[in-house]
Amino acid sequence: MRIAFKIASRFLLSNKGQTILIALGIAIGISVQIFIGSLISGLQKSLIDTTIGNASQITIVSDADDRLINNYEALARSAKRQDLRLTAVSPVLDQPGLIINDERSESILLRGFDFNRAEAIYEFSQRILVGKLPVRDNQAMIGIDLAQELGASAGDTIEVTVLNGQKRTYLVTGIFDLKVQTVNKTWFLTTLSSVQDLFAKDGQVTSIEMQIDPAIAFESDLVAADLLPIITDPELKITNWKAQNESLLSGLNGQSVSSYMIQFFVVVSVVLGIASVLAISVLQKSKQIGILKAMGIRSRQSSLIFLFQGLILGLLGGILGLGIGLGLAYSFTQFAVRPDGTPVVALYIDQNFLILSFFLAVVSSTLAALVPARKSAKLDPIEVIRNG
Amino acid sequence: MAKQIIKTPAAIGEPVIILDKINKIYGGSVTTQVLYDIDLAFKSGTFNGIIGQSGSGKSTLMNIMGTLDRPTTGTITINGRRTENMTANQLADLRNETIGFIFQFHYLLPEFTAIENVLMPYLIKYGAASREIKARAAELIDLVGLTKVKNNLATKMSGGQQQRTAIARALIMNPAIILADEPTGNLDSDTTETVYQIMRDINERFKTTFIIITHDRHIAEKTDRIIEIKDGRISLDLARR
Repeated sequence: MRIAFKIASRFLLSNKGQTILIALGIAIGISVQIFIGSLISGLQKSLIDTTIGNASQITIVSDADDRLINNYEALARSAKRQDLRLTAVSPVLDQPGLIINDERSESILLRGFDFNRAEAIYEFSQRILVGKLPVRDNQAMIGIDLAQELGASAGDTIEVTVLNGQKRTYLVTGIFDLKVQTVNKTWFLTTLSSVQDLFAKDGQVTSIEMQIDPAIAFESDLVAADLLPIITDPELKITNWKAQNESLLSGLNGQSVSSYMIQFFVVVSVVLGIASVLAISVLQKSKQIGILKAMGIRSRQSSLIFLFQGLILGLLGGILGLGIGLGLAYSFTQFAVRPDGTPVVALYIDQNFLILSFFLAVVSSTLAALVPARKSAKLDPIEVIRNG
Repeated sequence: MAKQIIKTPAAIGEPVIILDKINKIYGGSVTTQVLYDIDLAFKSGTFNGIIGQSGSGKSTLMNIMGTLDRPTTGTITINGRRTENMTANQLADLRNETIGFIFQFHYLLPEFTAIENVLMPYLIKYGAASREIKARAAELIDLVGLTKVKNNLATKMSGGQQQRTAIARALIMNPAIILADEPTGNLDSDTTETVYQIMRDINERFKTTFIIITHDRHIAEKTDRIIEIKDGRISLDLARR
């Protein structure tokens, strides 16, 4: 082992130019692999984040004719107890309404929130452009698009008409921007008790919205399944974002698969490159291998010489590749930026992915050395001795 | 594994290599016979020369004696051990421990220094060099007169220096036999004399058996026994002592 390692490192040292070239080849391959992997997972993270980051990921709704859930507080409590992975549990009462403004009328969705609990899902405090959250029953918050449509701003009052003919006047306490136009245009946010009172639905909600830890966002179906036991009413059901966004999921899957394909072929080309260069180096070093065999080196040791070369090149290339890959990623986030200075795509650099890439470099380089190692083991010293 | 070279050399005068009815035939459909029924035995501690024209089969004979090549038929016994049924690994170990090679074209590893080349057979067997073996390597380097260039890479030495390094390397495992194929083949006459003197000294000091293939009449005449190979057969076997 030791002599094989010593000879391997000496072979590499004696041919520095070639060694640097191969290591650089591995490094560039691995850095591209790291860059593409980080880019794609960054893209996916931000896509997921904008799609479900500020939305209900698991929702309990009712299939009953009136779509209402009665014992919602008990349900919310048992959901929290049932599953510690839930980061937010928020009951909501949604009802339609109209804002009649001169000749035109805007149809809106009155959403009654318990803002303390909804904050964990919607992060309203960061989404408010002006003003503050509604706290009283006669206060409300509207989206930026609705505000523009109505020409309303914080401090104005708005009269809302609902189906049963009732009217109520709300004081606009704040304008929010949830980055989705339909939401910004239709959502009319007020307190839960205000909507319950207006529609005479005391003690009832239309849904219980929940969020889970972002790290396990893709396990929403599993968490939803785990929550099933708490549902005793057969008319209630649990949905999750994955079931509701199949086309997004298949898009993400397609993206992941193509990313893996690219990474795979990059690594394959690295392996082929190393294998061919090392195969040639067996020919270059056949005289040395022959003389070592005449002096009694065993075939296993002589093949280890080339495996060690692959290993050392893999280690060198892996370290270099990590450096170049991170450098590429960093410069991408520095130079590919929007006017406001934030990166076009926020790369997601996962420590485990980097470690995996590094080991991929080491393992694939060592595997690439298998072919030359076999050649070296098979080399007959007499060929070298006889032919000089 | 004890990192010590333990040798049980054949007693002086006992045969150290015995060749019995060695035939070597090359080729498949068109065959060429290179050696015909060679019977030879070399006694321990002797200094032997093998001469013959190019193509006579002497190098093939040497390679077979060194277990680098296998005979088509016939047996070889080295230091009392039959070799025909040995595995490649057993032969590798046998070469490592029993035989030192000196080739015409030196065959040092150019990536290593003179002293590292000398240590190489030991490193192959034990992996790392003990202080004792390093001292022995330095001693051998002194013996062949290379003290000043011992840390030079093999490529930074003259032909004669490289050949002397090869001799020191052949000696490091204290082998029973040294096989030398034209050791002075491409050296000038002064250097040839030096190399011969070194080999002769070693033969006398360590009682190492030398079998030297040579074209050089001058060297051949100084050996204890001259064997001439002609067309794959022994045409002359002359012992002087």
